[in-house]
This record gives sequence, structure tokens and C-alpha cells, in this order.
Amino acid sequence: MRNPLSKTIVEIEPSGIRKFFDIVNEMDDAISLGVGEPDFDTPWHIRDEGIYSLEKGRTFYTSNAGLKELKIEIAKYLERKYKLTYDYSQEVLVTVGGSEAIDIAMRAMLDPGDEVLIPQPSFVSYLPCAVLANGSPVVIELKAEHEFRLTAEELEAAITPRSKLLVMPFPNNPTGAIMRRQDLEEIARVVRAHDLFVISDEIYAELTYGDEAHVSIASLPGMRERTVLINGFSKTYAMTGWRLGYACGPRVILEQMLKIHQFAIMCAPTTSQYAAVEALKNGDPDVERMREEYDGRRRYLLHRFREMGMECFEPYGAFYMFPCIRKFGMTSEEFAEKLLNSEKVAVVPGTAFGAGGEGFIRVSYASSLSDLKKAAEHIERFIGRLGLEKE
Amino acid sequence: MREKILAFIEKNSRIEVKELAIMLGVTEEAVLNELEAMEQEHVICGYHTLINWDKTGIEKVTAMIEVRVTPQRGMGFDKVAERIYNYPEVESVYLISGGFDFMVTLEGKTLREVSQFVSEKLSPLDSVLSTKTNFILKKYKDHGTIMAEPAKDERMKIAP
Repeated sequence: MRNPLSKTIVEIEPSGIRKFFDIVNEMDDAISLGVGEPDFDTPWHIRDEGIYSLEKGRTFYTSNAGLKELKIEIAKYLERKYKLTYDYSQEVLVTVGGSEAIDIAMRAMLDPGDEVLIPQPSFVSYLPCAVLANGSPVVIELKAEHEFRLTAEELEAAITPRSKLLVMPFPNNPTGAIMRRQDLEEIARVVRAHDLFVISDEIYAELTYGDEAHVSIASLPGMRERTVLINGFSKTYAMTGWRLGYACGPRVILEQMLKIHQFAIMCAPTTSQYAAVEALKNGDPDVERMREEYDGRRRYLLHRFREMGMECFEPYGAFYMFPCIRKFGMTSEEFAEKLLNSEKVAVVPGTAFGAGGEGFIRVSYASSLSDLKKAAEHIERFIGRLGLEKE
Repeated sequence: MREKILAFIEKNSRIEVKELAIMLGVTEEAVLNELEAMEQEHVICGYHTLINWDKTGIEKVTAMIEVRVTPQRGMGFDKVAERIYNYPEVESVYLISGGFDFMVTLEGKTLREVSQFVSEKLSPLDSVLSTKTNFILKKYKDHGTIMAEPAKDERMKIAP
């Protein structure tokens, strides 16, 4: 029999998180700070709208690009929050989570040999999606000394004549890093000078802390026409399981993305789309409430890490912390495994998000304060023992 | 800061001042001062515990009583309310718009105890015109807290 498999697929590494997932899942009583999704339930009024749409029998396909009502709300939302203007009828596409948007944006924009610049540590799908779209991923390793921001110098150094696309994963999973307006302006300058395009994954845009609000790179001069903006409902409204995201961008790109979406997906789930309309119309107070809650936990956990002598920069985005564990003389994976086995606290090794994550662990604070307190105690005890062993 | 402190302690009055200070990004002293000020101003009126008595095996009966009254000359409803709320068995008294005047909640050990209070103490009050006693059969939610078992975290333990 011939080999049934595609070489491209076989060569893609399975997600590094998978292996760890299997170990943790065996352990019933583990406290997990390894979850990449909100611990809140979807606010009730949003769930209720989903239920209502089912009761009304709204169980048909929507148009490929999504419900008109929803696209209008998305356009209004982006205008009111980030001063972005998109024509809902041609520049907004509702997708099955942000993940689908990443996939089809790459497929719409890449030809074989085109290089995709991917800053890492970052979300696990960019690199495989680039490969699936026949692109050649080029990893840019973000540095702890820059608090995992992308700098113009780092970007310049990675650019070749074949570079076409830059992925901007900020606010960042797993580091919690954000890019301020000034940081973005410098990146935008390089992008324009080298005629690059940008996929800006802003799924955590609503979850930034401190005085300055999130800025979208698409809102900078000359960037709208070269940026595909990706966002969604998962993190903002605690709607991960509803699988709903969206992409916005210039019509020339969106048209092609719509084709792939049309043939591969048809349309995003209808129930979720109705619920999402409600989220955008009346969900602002929920977002604010959850953000406040995360912010308190963020401060608490950072304080505890510093108290126990764990090196960690202050993250201003998403709901992750990315402390450095190098001084314990272990790899990220060893650290995470030992911590799990001896103290039953699950965190994710930084290497799950790219080789550059070595020496770090991702700790999610999307957990109740009481769990965070318990977990912090256990981590403190764990590293206390490590310190003793060394002496 | 006041609003943020209140938002935190309304849900968890046992939170430590130190933790509260960390979470709000201010000093412990600042939190302590604010708490003290709010206690003095009676913004914070107490630190109670929300108990689901149904799970204790201790019998309790709660009634919500709709009371219609004639307000007293020169003193309005307040004087009447005072006569009612001074009884220790009275849990809460609200002045209500609509078809009646006061909503009085009452806790007793037995149905009889509650009815006795209504017939012997509440109804005979001069200004009380009528009462309508509603006994609570089941408490689903109280003070923003759902009384059923807390939901379990059903998320996958590790997710990217």
C-alpha cells in the first residue's frame, strides 16, 4: 500500500502542550494554572440570547461572511474601541474562532517560498498554519530583556527579500507582553519600508492593564491597507466554546479569505453568532468586570512571585505570567513536570510556545483567587526545596 | 479606590487587608484608612456571613410580609417603620412603591412562631391596615449568590 499521508502534515510537530496535557489529566486533584481560557462562564444575557435563538428555530446557515447584524456590530465595536473603520459588507468576516482566521489569512496571502515572520514565544498555531499555507516560517525570538516586545531591530534583522508577512501576536499568549503605541509605530515604519503585510492577532485586546488602552497596529498611518486584524469573542466575553472570531482587513484580502471560508467552513455557528450580537451590544460592563478581576489577580500573583524570589517582568496583557526559572538549573519541561509531580500544580513549559520559551513557564491567572493562593504556596514550597538542594 | 474596595469585600469580606492592597496596587495603610472611614460613615454596616440554613438541619422559616399602613401625621412612614424594625425577629424592612407600603422579612423557628408574630405584634399596631404573609418555600439565590452547589471548573486542565 502507498503511504496515505502528506509529507507536509507528517513533518509538522504536534502541539507541545499535548504531551503535558496527558500527564495532567491523569491527576484529578491538581491545581491547574495551565489553562488558556477564562475561568468565567459566558455572561448569562449572552447565553440567554443563544438559547433564545435556538427556541426561535434559528438553526439555519447564515451567509458565508456571517450575519449582517453581527458584522455591523463588529464594525461599530472596532470603531468605538480602537478607532478602526471597516465596511461591514466587504471588510468583515466572521470565523470559527480566531484560529480559523489565522489559518485562512495565511492561506490567502502566501505563495510557496514566501517567508512569514513569527515572533516567539507565541500562540501555537502560527507556525503550523504558515507551513500548511506553503509559507516558510521565520522565527524571531523575543527577548526577556525587552519584556518580550518585538523591536524594530529584531524585525529588521529577520527580513530577507522573501519576507512577506509579519505575525503580530500582542497582547501576547504566553508572555503577557503588550506593545505600546510607540513600539507599534517603530514596527509599522519597518513594515512599510519593506512592503510587508501584517496579521495582527488581537484576541486579547480587551485584556490590558494599566492606564494606556490597547492600540491596534491597523490604526497607524498606512497600516490599514496592509493588515489583517484578527479578534474574537473567546477571551473578551469568556466564550471559548462558542468558537467565534472574526477577521477584518482590506477587501482584496478578505475576498480571498472568504473563498476559503466558504468552501471549507460554510459559515460560523449560527447560535454563536446571535449570542455574539448580544455580547457586542450589551457586554461592555461584563468585560470591565472581568478585566478588573483579572487585574487584581495579576497584581496578586506578581507580588507573590516576587516575594518568593521568582524572576518575572510585569505583564500588562492577556492573563498570563511568564516567570524565568533558569536559576533552578532545569529545563522548562523538567521544572513543570517536577512541580506537577511533587506539588500538583500544573503550569505550561515555555517551550510549548517555541524554542525561545526555554527557561520560562507560562502561568495563567484565569483561576479563582483561592486557587492562585494555594498554587502560589505550593510553588513557593517547591522552589524553596530546590534552593536547599542546590546549597 | 472606595468603589473598588467595596466591590472586592462585598463578595468576600474575609479577604485580608494585605491581599486587598496588593490587588488594588495601593498600600495596606491606605486600604485600612479607607475601611475605617467607611465603617465610621456607616457605608460599611457589617461583615455578615451568608448561610444556607437548609443544609444545616436547623429549622428556619422565612416569611416576606406585605404590610399596608396609614402613615402618621407629621412623621410619614419612618415612625411606623421604626416600630416594626425594632423587633429583633424582623430581618429587614423596606418601604415599597406599588400596592402596599412595607416589605418586611421575618425569620422564625416555626410557621407558628412567624404567624404568632404577625397576629400578635404586627397586625395590632395602630397604623397597620392589613398584612399579607408569604412564606418562602425555597431559596435559590441570596445576596447575589446561587444557593445550589457551586459549579465545578470543567475546563480542560491544560490548553494553549
